[in-house]
Amino acid sequence: MSRDAEMIREISGCDPYRCMKCGKCSASCPSFNEMDIKPHQFVSYVLRDDIESLVNSKSLWKCLSCFACVERCPRDVKPGKLIDAARQIVERQQGGDYLKADEIPELLDPDMPQQLLVSAFRRYRR
Amino acid sequence: MKYSYYPGCTLKNKAQDLDRYARASALKLGFELEEIPDWQCCGGVYPLGSDEIASKLASVRALNYAKEQGQDLITLCSACHHVLKRVNDDMKNVQDISDRANNYMKLDEPYRGETKVLHFLEVIRDVIGFDELKKMVVNPLTGKKIGAYYGCLTLRPGKILEFDNPENPKIMEDFIRAIGAEPVIYANRNECCGGYISLKEGEMAQDRTKKIFDNCTDMGAEMLITACPLCRYNLNKSEADSKIPVYYFTELLAEALGVKEDC
Repeated sequence: MSRDAEMIREISGCDPYRCMKCGKCSASCPSFNEMDIKPHQFVSYVLRDDIESLVNSKSLWKCLSCFACVERCPRDVKPGKLIDAARQIVERQQGGDYLKADEIPELLDPDMPQQLLVSAFRRYRR
Repeated sequence: MKYSYYPGCTLKNKAQDLDRYARASALKLGFELEEIPDWQCCGGVYPLGSDEIASKLASVRALNYAKEQGQDLITLCSACHHVLKRVNDDMKNVQDISDRANNYMKLDEPYRGETKVLHFLEVIRDVIGFDELKKMVVNPLTGKKIGAYYGCLTLRPGKILEFDNPENPKIMEDFIRAIGAEPVIYANRNECCGGYISLKEGEMAQDRTKKIFDNCTDMGAEMLITACPLCRYNLNKSEADSKIPVYYFTELLAEALGVKEDC
């Protein structure tokens, strides 16, 4: 196993070997249509050690952290945590942030709750 | 009865309604919310990485403060409720996170998840009781058809949050009944509104909220209630034809209890 695959397993604390490929995670995912790599495929990519594809996947930025896949996984694999771990690998690299502070002023609107900004900052950048 | 109260960042700013109607209603219901001094923002989303420690400390400080007061901790915002309960679970059940957080904080006595975290609705259900609430209602919302919008953060993961059945919840429906209105059950009530995605992928949030409004109005809802400022924001920004008004549950509670005008 590559170091990156090990890191994904360490950060997520998930065991992808438990997956029985039922597809319930992808069936539950509200962002399924927007994802190039689907939640159930994330598990397979980690098992295949193809981390390169995962860290370049736009799915990292489409996941809503709604925990539907985590709640509904009958084998407790928690695909959402694997997606987050791949996101962490990207964000922990210099320049890996998906959201830059400079972008914020243009994205603001007067009704926007603080909760949105702190949540986006936590998910999109270190 | 006094509780340590964790309002969170948004209730001090864009969601002041959620906060002030709750405070007034709590007094009427016979309990007091004592705001935790110097609370820090929970961060809005729970840090999922098992090696994330620093980003959980703000929650640990609030939890430990409540422990020192010997009080349960109440929160209202779905996000704060989610983060505080999950960090509390880490401190109680995840040895590595708990040890490292305690090692950093050097508290007089280590914090090991002793504080009980309650959502405001759980206090109504488990401490006051919906039957008691019903007796205290002076302005019942008779005839109103209200959909409960749970979203994701109040319910999942069910085993950690222990708020209600994550797939078939009823706490908000029971609340709606207690204030004299009629709950409308619809499939999308525990599906995501899009959350923070609306910042950079507005069309995705539009798609999510349209599905929610189409679904709840099909089932006859005239309005929605939520406990989440971000859900309310995304729903209010919806361009769906089926859009209906979205209220914080505390506003309807204050109205039913006859304290809305005092707020």
